[in-house]
Amino acid sequence: MASFKKIARRSFLIGSAAIVGGVAFGAYYVSRPAPNPLKPAEGEAAFNPFVMISNDKITLIAPRAEMGQGVHTTWAALIAEELDVTLDQVEVIHGPAATAYYNSALLGEVIPSKGYDKSRFVHSLGEALGHAGKLMDMQVTGGSSSMKDGYERMRAAGASARETLKLAAANRLGIASSQLSTRDGKVIAPGNVEIAYTELAAEAAGLEPVEAQLRHRSEWKLLGKAQPRVDMPGKATGTAKFGIDIRLPGMKFAALKANPHLGGAMNGFDASEALQMPGVEQVVDLGNAFAVVGSNTWLAIQATEAVAADWGPAPIPGTQAEIHNAIRAAFDAEPNSTLRDDGDVSALPQGAQEVSAEYEVPFLAHATMEPLNATALYDGSKLQLWSGNQGPLLTRNHCADASGIEPEQVEVNTLLMGGGFGRRGEMDFSVYAAKLARQMRGTPVQLTWSREEDMTHDFYRPGAMARMRGAVKDGSAVLLDGQIASQALTPQLMSRWFGMTPAGPDTALVDGAFNQPYGIPNYRIRGHAADLQVPIGAWRSVGASFNGFFMESFMDEMAHAAGADPLEFRLTLTRQEWAPAAKVLETVKEMSGWTGNAPDGVGRGVAMTYSFGTPVAQVIEVAEEDGLIRLKKAWIAADLGVALDPQNLEAQMFGGMAYGLSAAMFGEITFAEGAAEQGNFPDYDAIRMHTMPEVEVRILEEQSHISGAGEPGTPPAAPALANALFDLTGKRARRLPLMHDFDLLI
Amino acid sequence: MPTDLRINGKTHQVDLPDDVPLLWVLRDEVGLTGTKFGCGVAACGACTVHIDGEAVRSCQVALSDVWGEVTTIEGLGTPDAMAAIQQAWVEHQVAQCGYCQSGQIMQAASLLAENPAPSDSEIDEAMQGNLCRCGTYPRIRAAIHSAAQKMQEA
Repeated sequence: MASFKKIARRSFLIGSAAIVGGVAFGAYYVSRPAPNPLKPAEGEAAFNPFVMISNDKITLIAPRAEMGQGVHTTWAALIAEELDVTLDQVEVIHGPAATAYYNSALLGEVIPSKGYDKSRFVHSLGEALGHAGKLMDMQVTGGSSSMKDGYERMRAAGASARETLKLAAANRLGIASSQLSTRDGKVIAPGNVEIAYTELAAEAAGLEPVEAQLRHRSEWKLLGKAQPRVDMPGKATGTAKFGIDIRLPGMKFAALKANPHLGGAMNGFDASEALQMPGVEQVVDLGNAFAVVGSNTWLAIQATEAVAADWGPAPIPGTQAEIHNAIRAAFDAEPNSTLRDDGDVSALPQGAQEVSAEYEVPFLAHATMEPLNATALYDGSKLQLWSGNQGPLLTRNHCADASGIEPEQVEVNTLLMGGGFGRRGEMDFSVYAAKLARQMRGTPVQLTWSREEDMTHDFYRPGAMARMRGAVKDGSAVLLDGQIASQALTPQLMSRWFGMTPAGPDTALVDGAFNQPYGIPNYRIRGHAADLQVPIGAWRSVGASFNGFFMESFMDEMAHAAGADPLEFRLTLTRQEWAPAAKVLETVKEMSGWTGNAPDGVGRGVAMTYSFGTPVAQVIEVAEEDGLIRLKKAWIAADLGVALDPQNLEAQMFGGMAYGLSAAMFGEITFAEGAAEQGNFPDYDAIRMHTMPEVEVRILEEQSHISGAGEPGTPPAAPALANALFDLTGKRARRLPLMHDFDLLI
Repeated sequence: MPTDLRINGKTHQVDLPDDVPLLWVLRDEVGLTGTKFGCGVAACGACTVHIDGEAVRSCQVALSDVWGEVTTIEGLGTPDAMAAIQQAWVEHQVAQCGYCQSGQIMQAASLLAENPAPSDSEIDEAMQGNLCRCGTYPRIRAAIHSAAQKMQEA
């Protein structure tokens, strides 16, 4: 085990040539399959870590966090397609925390190539690095990676199980497998003899798994078509169980209160008054936080207010102005990265007109609808945990560490998540519950965060600034030189998750800026890491969420300076560089009937961002109504390479856009004395029924690789809206949220 | 002193302080977890239930103030016997994370009870207190229209 960790550390150098040696070795080492974590009972067969069949049930394991993106359904459909079962014949579960469920695609994304121009070398490097995920306990849902990860592996898992079942039937009937076919959970033999998979489970259990070829796309029955989501009936009837819905016999309800000064210590507390309050049983010290435990969550939350705690100061600047200055100061320091440096940006091309602008965006909270929570029971030897989390193995390891027990003593049950957006990739809420349960031996306890605790103890989308300089000539862009200043995400995230800080450039800081498919001859992007310790984390598209705004707002400014139509301006530059990006722009042009001339009182804006492998273009239309600006309509085109479930992809696209619009219009977290100043939805609103535009989505399959869906809908939203506001009002939005500078309908 | 509550056609006796909000009586005492905690300040609508048919934010109704029969999402319909509005939610594949949907459905059900054929602006008006961070609004709107039509045909 020790050597595993050593290899992982060595091979996880992000963005450096040192990757090659480390990963080549790592890839060799991890190509061996991980042990199957499924423990079948008598008469059951676990064909591989993803398919389990008993004498009465077929269970498919979808070990990715279901936080609304529909992953359980599409993941199961990949297996079912080759297994020849329908989704209503199977049960889909998340399953245990296990190394076999590592994410092979996630790490492949962090290599600092542009992505859309993946050469074979870079592609195989990405895959090899992906295999290192196994070493890193990376059973992680994030980075829009699930379908990239599961696309081939899950179909292979289904195909192998199918062929093994056929072999069991062939053995029973004394005929060759080739005489058998499969359909709807049954093996079909000549003479219309049908044997249900469930009847074959016991016999198949004794066989070595059979390998099989994957079917051609033309033979697909489920993939490529809309599948009713397996979680839909539960979510329409209130019977779906989220983490916060777990109820165990004898369970206590607890509320958390942590130091509002982020990163500060708890020097002590006086709970005497709280202990007199109704329903309160005890107040437990959790290090830098305490929990009030009682008979009812609300009574516990009330009592947290009655505890007098001595909070230590936060290790971050005391005012928002100082935080702003710390980010700005990063521009003057050596760049953390120069991940794109095409041509020569030092000189203005002859006859070109220079354009420059500065932009700034705030810190953002995730604000998942389900406030953070976790439930735990420690019985003296084993810790059971129930939590909606995006990283079960990391959760297991962190809870073990915090409880002073071995990882093998921790059982993680991963439940449905009332939103994740990156927040549930952190371990803090699970660890607090584990620490609490460790001090309440034998009693299960559910630890819930109030909305205020949730919003004021986030790992925030970092605040960021950009200095953009460009040049236009003959109606097109000839130079783009961008500097991005923000906190580097990767070192903070890796330090929290793995206790290590990778060297090298932080791709997240410049994602969505350096890797855009624009054929601008002189194109440089530098990232500048701010020296600041605000807790930051992954947030639906993270770097691309702010760089998308910077880049696409500036592209608009350049288009106007060049006297070009903003959509045509982008089309020209993408056609030269990468056809799928041009195609999504052409598609929204057609869908929206773009003319470049919106009528009086109406404004239209366009933006295109390539992120997580997917180019997404959006056109947003705004209109002035009774002195207020309303979002009327949005058109989205996205190229996913392979559209496994068009209806679900449509939902991800308009949902991703809505998340981006919420942030663009209303989202802002500010800090005073290291404490977040916004605590609940009245201070941190989001888009609602009456402010959401009508939306049309088109999913394309032009590019050669399957690509991500959960995040790419978010980055173009803010710039498309900001550009529409410019079209309507003539005022350029260079900072967010827009509610400060525009009279938006709220 | 124990309080009698009528919830989904059954009587429950609960023994909690008077000021405990109905939301937390339902979730932590009665065990009906379909009603969700989102904000605690009536800003998100996740906790919406009906009292005598009227949509209310259960996080703002104290136990001692519950004035009538309570209906929660569990009382509206079950997976085997869904109400028309719930069927419309499945038909339009509305939910993403699904956490806010109990509240959305309860709010929509009360809208349709008052107004069997709401216009888009009436939907805007009735539904704007219900937050959805996944942005499912277009499908919520479509599901409300479709449920309205089905209920009128029935």
